Amino acid sequence: MHPIFASIAIAGPETVLTLGSLAALMLGTFTGGGRALTVTSLFAVAILGLAGFTLLDAPAGPSVAFDGLYVADAFSAFLKVIILAAAAASVLLALPWLADHNAKGSSSARFEYPVLLLLATLGMAIMVSANDLLTLYVGLELAALPSYVLAAFHRGDDRSAEAGLKYFVLGALASGILLYGVTLVYGFAGSTQLDVIAGIVGGQQERSLGLLFGIVFILSGLAFKVSAVPFHMWTPDVYEGAPTPVAAFFAAAPKAAALGLMARVLVVAFPGQVAPDWQQIILFIAIASMVLGAVAAVAQTNIKRLLAYSSIANIGFALVGLAPGSPGGISALLFYICVYVAMTLGSFLVVLQLARADGSPVETMADFAGLSKTRPGLALAMAVFMFSLAGIPPLLGFWPKFAVFQAAINAGLLGLAIVGFVASVVAAFYYLRLIKIMYFDPPATALAPAANPVNGAMIAGLALFCSPIGMLALSPLAAATARAAAALFPA
Amino acid sequence: MPILSIMILLPVVAALVLLTLPGDADERAGRARVAALATTLVELLAGLWLWAEFDPSTAAFQFAEALPLFGPYLTWSLGIDGIALMLIELSVFLMPLCILASWESVKTRVPEYMAAFLLMESLMIGTFAARDIFLFYLFFEGGLIPMFLIIGIWGGARRIYASYKFFLYTLLGSVLMLVAMLWMVGFAGSTDIGVLARTDFPKEAQFWLFLAFFASFAVKMPMWPVHTWLPDAHVEAPTAGSVILAGVLLKLGGYGFIRFSLPMFPDASAQLIWLVFGLSMVAVVYTSLVALVQHDMKKLIAYSSVAHMAFVTGGLFALNTQGLEGAMLMMLSHGLVSGALFLCVGVIYDRLHTREIGRYGGLADTMPKYALVLLFFTMASVGLPATSGFVAEFLVLLGLYQTSTWATFVLTTGIILGAAYMLWLYARVAYGKAAGEDTRAMPDLSLREVAILAPIVAATLWMGIYPKSFMAPMQPAIAEVVARLEGRELATVPTDMTLSPARPALIAPAHAAEAH
Repeated sequence: MHPIFASIAIAGPETVLTLGSLAALMLGTFTGGGRALTVTSLFAVAILGLAGFTLLDAPAGPSVAFDGLYVADAFSAFLKVIILAAAAASVLLALPWLADHNAKGSSSARFEYPVLLLLATLGMAIMVSANDLLTLYVGLELAALPSYVLAAFHRGDDRSAEAGLKYFVLGALASGILLYGVTLVYGFAGSTQLDVIAGIVGGQQERSLGLLFGIVFILSGLAFKVSAVPFHMWTPDVYEGAPTPVAAFFAAAPKAAALGLMARVLVVAFPGQVAPDWQQIILFIAIASMVLGAVAAVAQTNIKRLLAYSSIANIGFALVGLAPGSPGGISALLFYICVYVAMTLGSFLVVLQLARADGSPVETMADFAGLSKTRPGLALAMAVFMFSLAGIPPLLGFWPKFAVFQAAINAGLLGLAIVGFVASVVAAFYYLRLIKIMYFDPPATALAPAANPVNGAMIAGLALFCSPIGMLALSPLAAATARAAAALFPA
Repeated sequence: MPILSIMILLPVVAALVLLTLPGDADERAGRARVAALATTLVELLAGLWLWAEFDPSTAAFQFAEALPLFGPYLTWSLGIDGIALMLIELSVFLMPLCILASWESVKTRVPEYMAAFLLMESLMIGTFAARDIFLFYLFFEGGLIPMFLIIGIWGGARRIYASYKFFLYTLLGSVLMLVAMLWMVGFAGSTDIGVLARTDFPKEAQFWLFLAFFASFAVKMPMWPVHTWLPDAHVEAPTAGSVILAGVLLKLGGYGFIRFSLPMFPDASAQLIWLVFGLSMVAVVYTSLVALVQHDMKKLIAYSSVAHMAFVTGGLFALNTQGLEGAMLMMLSHGLVSGALFLCVGVIYDRLHTREIGRYGGLADTMPKYALVLLFFTMASVGLPATSGFVAEFLVLLGLYQTSTWATFVLTTGIILGAAYMLWLYARVAYGKAAGEDTRAMPDLSLREVAILAPIVAATLWMGIYPKSFMAPMQPAIAEVVARLEGRELATVPTDMTLSPARPALIAPAHAAEAH
């Protein structure tokens, strides 16, 4: 077989997503009318499912394709499952929003939504499989460009357009910085392939300042993508301005992809004696993200901004797992990503499920007042997500925090663990505030009774996963994350 | 039979059933009350069976279960020794009384209220029965959630402030403990409490570990100066919430000290007795004085709880058999007596809807049965012989005298101050003239209220007259803790008052004397 076909076979999910997104575009165009929305969306979910299906019989060991540009291993497979699942959920959860706008005759209800989402997902799948700094950049841009469009998808709304533009300008700047870092690394290491860089860097007698600059620039670009402090400024504005389903998407899948990418680049390309160089950067952005995410969220009144700061803080916690650069730490990071995606999607779903009596979307936290009386089921689910995000045992959200801090303490990073735990107490304050509003305050806003059953089922499933019952998943998850993390550390 | 798992899971299942009961609001409320009472009674029976089957001759964990359910993080590992057994008995004993006490006074969201209490019960039993350090933490912290909701939803006027304060205070204390736990598990390579209790941690590490655990347990206890959440939480919680707070949740701190701090960090414990004694002495005198000037009955009892808990810490850090036994009895006794006092306040609060002491008076004339019960518990709180309080205080002071006479002296003044504020409270409430017509018109105890208070009276008397039944199961476990502490170098504290030299050899023939 020609190597290109072998490579295509190894890159199964990407192949399916590429062909699928093109087919979805055709399908949408030729179906036309209002029906195109539903048909394309369901088709997109099927494509995402099919892409996941190709992961099933993926070999455990690393398979390199496209002449070393691409690698499929347990690490990428684990992250792809999360990304594909989050993307499928993001397609489904947008359906009521799109249908609603379709009914109103708004120009925002377009079938391109699932297509753009598919393309972004393809970019993310490439990101987590990137074995070369150029593949990395291709994946990153493929994920980013559809995201800019999605942020501005609510075309009639000024805030959405502003969010799209802001995201684009800052995103382009970050890509530029990243690319500059890539050129520096290439210049001082002589290769763009991750494992080759590791070999060259490991053989160098003295640390090269240029390489260090390269790492700093690459990390800055990636920190923007995961919205880690100090590159987080766009996050609250984009989440607030973008349509809620898009914000839900942004908060989940891209974070998983970018964190996975970050882990692979740092661990594979810069191990051993270079590691302390990037570790102190990670330490700084982890601490800054945890603290700023926790403190800045206290003053928020808009629920989407609150969730944005919450995701900044959570990225900080996840990065604590990356800081030791150990298999245990990476395994904890993957575990954190998995649970974080579930909690965040769940919280956004609850926000989406609510609408004021006049049909306008719920935006402020005050709209949640008395939810436990008017919609007890939804309030309970939201309480589970909030307590889980706050990291209170026995809810599932406690265990990833536990795992990352365990990894940090085992690596001797005791100070990091203490700062992190204290930040989590500050963060608990604002998660509790939403629970207080839902459970202790009398109902204030009249809410529309309508609710989407599909989204309701997703909320129930995610809440169950985040509840103490989800602890039964600890054992299989730990096994899967350990296997995935081991793939980054050649024996 | 996995009796401990059943005792932990049954209330959870019952709580879920309560939340999904059919019917309209009134029907659901009625069914929820009956179902919750039935569940707690079954738990009580299971608890009694546990006591009957318990072998009091060994310090080993009994009714042990272990299921490797949760991967590398923790195991579902349960088992109890005598200390845990007695605290579980206290929890299952108070729970049905709490449900009965809220029978009529809680009117809104009854199924949710009952479900929250059942969850509390499950988490409390779990805390005492956990043999895996992280399982312990899980139950220990999990208790915050139902208590936060109980205070915040069914509490009084400043309930939201109180619920936040309660939650964040205790959470901040606990996360530091979690860091320490993670370090310990990394060092010892096991999450089993029994293994950790036999591990000798390096002395310098013990110091920091002790402080981290101290941060958590001192807040739970609560010790001065981190006690300020307690009066707020108590005052704003509904009656049954106060009973559970005082009766069981405050015991978590003491349980933590005796289960973790003393056996795991014996050197640090021995070196830091000055810290604990100092805080205990301040707590006893300061909170007793504060209690004297309270206008709110619940606040007064809350401050008296802080003073009583200072006796517990004093006894625990006497580091000898008498002190530890006294501290354990103090916890049990305080659980019964202060729980009962809160119930007594609840009785008149339900009638007059105020906790202002000045609004009552003359109850000895208008409510003779009530006045009698209140007198009994006032005396028990003061520590009158034949009540449980006396045995506990006596043992604590006896043990403490061998370690520090000065601390004993100061704590003893606490007994006098305690008598002062409790008796004055009783005088203002029960004697004199009724404050108004409505006070005079209050009916005496109903049958339900008698049924709630009578068992506590019986238990208090039993513990006061024949404490051996409660002491016997705990003695082997306490002896094991004391054995861990033996021969540790004590911090130098002023142990002797030259006027009355301590003669430990006469009082304690055991090992305590060598500790000097």
